[in-house]
Amino acid sequence: MYKQILESIQDVDIWPVISLVIFFIFFVGILIKVAFIDKKFIKKMEEMPLDDGAENNQSIE
Amino acid sequence: MSLEKFQYDNKIVKAFIIASVIFGLVGMLVGLTAAIQLFYPQLNLNTPFTTFGRIRPLHTNAIIFAFVGNAMFAGIYYSIQRLLKTRLFSDALSWINFWGWQLIILAAAISLPLGLTTGKEYAELEWPIDIAIALVWVVFGINLIGTILIRRERHMYVAIWFYIATFVTVAVLHIVNSFEMPASMFKSYSWYAGVQDALVQWWYGHNAVAFFLTTPYLGLMYYYLPKAANRPVYSYKLSIIHFWALIFIYIWAGPHHLLYSALPDWAQSLGVVFSIMLIAPSWGGMLNGLLTLRGAWDKVREDPVLKFLVVAVTAYGMSTFEGPMLSLKNVNAIAHFTDWIVAHVHIGGLGWNGFLTFGMMYWLVPKMWKTKLYSIKLANFHFWAGTLGIVFYALPLYFAGFTQSLMWKQFTDQGVLLYPNFLETVTQIIPMYVLRAIGGTLYLIGTIVMTYNLIKTAKAGKFVANEDAEAPALEKVAPKETYWHRILEAKPVLFTVLALIAILIGGIIEFVPTFLIKSNIPTIESVKPYTPLELHGRDIYIREGCNNCHSQLVRPFRSEVVRYDPNDMEYSKAGEYVYDHPFLWGSKRTGPDLHRLGGKYPDSWHYHHMLDPTTMSPNSIMPPYEWLFYHGIDLDATAGKIKALRTVGVPYPVGYEETANEDLLKQANEIVNNLSMDGIQVHPEGEIVALIAYLQRLGKDIKVKDETISETE
Repeated sequence: MYKQILESIQDVDIWPVISLVIFFIFFVGILIKVAFIDKKFIKKMEEMPLDDGAENNQSIE
Repeated sequence: MSLEKFQYDNKIVKAFIIASVIFGLVGMLVGLTAAIQLFYPQLNLNTPFTTFGRIRPLHTNAIIFAFVGNAMFAGIYYSIQRLLKTRLFSDALSWINFWGWQLIILAAAISLPLGLTTGKEYAELEWPIDIAIALVWVVFGINLIGTILIRRERHMYVAIWFYIATFVTVAVLHIVNSFEMPASMFKSYSWYAGVQDALVQWWYGHNAVAFFLTTPYLGLMYYYLPKAANRPVYSYKLSIIHFWALIFIYIWAGPHHLLYSALPDWAQSLGVVFSIMLIAPSWGGMLNGLLTLRGAWDKVREDPVLKFLVVAVTAYGMSTFEGPMLSLKNVNAIAHFTDWIVAHVHIGGLGWNGFLTFGMMYWLVPKMWKTKLYSIKLANFHFWAGTLGIVFYALPLYFAGFTQSLMWKQFTDQGVLLYPNFLETVTQIIPMYVLRAIGGTLYLIGTIVMTYNLIKTAKAGKFVANEDAEAPALEKVAPKETYWHRILEAKPVLFTVLALIAILIGGIIEFVPTFLIKSNIPTIESVKPYTPLELHGRDIYIREGCNNCHSQLVRPFRSEVVRYDPNDMEYSKAGEYVYDHPFLWGSKRTGPDLHRLGGKYPDSWHYHHMLDPTTMSPNSIMPPYEWLFYHGIDLDATAGKIKALRTVGVPYPVGYEETANEDLLKQANEIVNNLSMDGIQVHPEGEIVALIAYLQRLGKDIKVKDETISETE
């Protein structure tokens, strides 16, 4: 059944267009989500690798 | 709130670092050997196990899976413990991961020189090893996700996202691309054929670069670069966008490896568009890395760790700009099949993966052995040897790629090829191959110096196998917040599922039409399955790795049809490959294309050429294949081959395997007769006879009279 539907697609050029649209929607969604992230949370996440109990960069001195 | 005491497992990290260094040295040495073989063919040593066709996959597998793979496990296992404030989920799984991976590497190191290969690039290992890889990879995945589930830190730092994407995607890629039908214990045929096989293979090949060489290393960059610079990542928001955009876009770009091929046009265009879009997230990531060093550039001058990381990130930026440019059709027309591509991957391999690994090791070893680096001077020497090595490696090959490609395409005013003899275009660039080997030598010397430096560092310090740490337990959330709490707890799993969906969309949209719409691959009535003798010959072709130097894809350019098929001017059609399990299009033309080789030369030409290529083509850099002249084919294997291929869709009649050897001997005797007319005596079951049968068949079906091209169904 699904095979027939796919075979009936004459113009497969539509596939790249579909994929671009999917990506565009997805990307805009991420941008919106990121724009509204709490600043404090971002700060905390940024510091995470530095705040893991191990001393930093003492290997070269 | 009480602090919980626990210990980080450094021992597993140490084991992976040692393995990475050892296999790095071996892999680079094998690579250097292969590089020298190109201008000094005597280094092929005239044994089957050391010829270029078998050594080259050994080099790529050793570097990708043994050097980078082990370094990746080391870097991930060190960083997730600290980022999640917990010991790894299971020590037993960690060690199964370690020893399982080393056993796979050992199996690869034995089987590839023996010629046991599927013929698919970066997926050469045969089916029993493929199964082992899948199992060990799942062990790694359980350990990774398990560690996330027992964490003491509620939120997952962006590095961990990249690790999760790596695990999920590599699993999918490996499984889908490894569908193969065993014909015997060590021989299998790809489930897919021709164009479909090519599409799956380069979806895999491209994304193996993306998700084995790039995403785990981006995760490492997001951890080790802030650590080494002692400042937070430039923009965490950018890293979120970087992550999702990168994993979503990367997966679509595979078809850019197949431009001007027999792949349908729409799929080629799809690959190009997404490749160009890929610049954005790649450069977002690179800038995020470099800008992390804002205000700390003075440190870069002094700290070898930062030097290595900066060059690594810069090389990442260069190769991710170059990649999309190479995927433009007009650039690709010049670059594809040439040494330009080899230069491109080595900017990524030597620069991005190599230097990030070195930087990470220079940082980790002093830390885990509680000491200082033995010698900053030696590390600086390594840095300059490596950097110069990259320059000496890449620049000559760019030059060689351009030169050779332009020579291939050059016509005289009279309209004939200026360099009709392919070999002329090879001997022209031999000096570049010499320079490239010097670059590789410099890089290897640097790595040897690093090994010495790290051993001395470790000897001076005291290794801490289990590092004490403490952190509060993950807070219990108040009852009314239970709902949100659960979502948060479920986050790693939810996250994994989302990442999986993001990468599956691209793959599905690429594959579904190609697999289901028959009209995408027009059938050619005159194309018939290989005869049993040709099948044996084809398997010898795969075993010897001929596809590492010879393509089987005449692109639709005047310069190519004139060169490779001067009589009929036919470029390669999709329908010609429908019985090719696996496809053998190749990705590099060190020698000429072979798709229209059938019938071009007499059998005796091939006989002499395989025995010593320089007798037929003076100055040829192709190694001799003497063993084909005293080894015989295994007639008992014929039935297994026929049955396996019938299972994957090649229309051999049921029961044909019983009588196949009769046909085989009949065809072999014809070749024996042909050769005897030229005064050559061979045994009909000799391997050389089968190989000649295959080479003489190549590209001929389409020329059978009264051909009809029909779009069935």
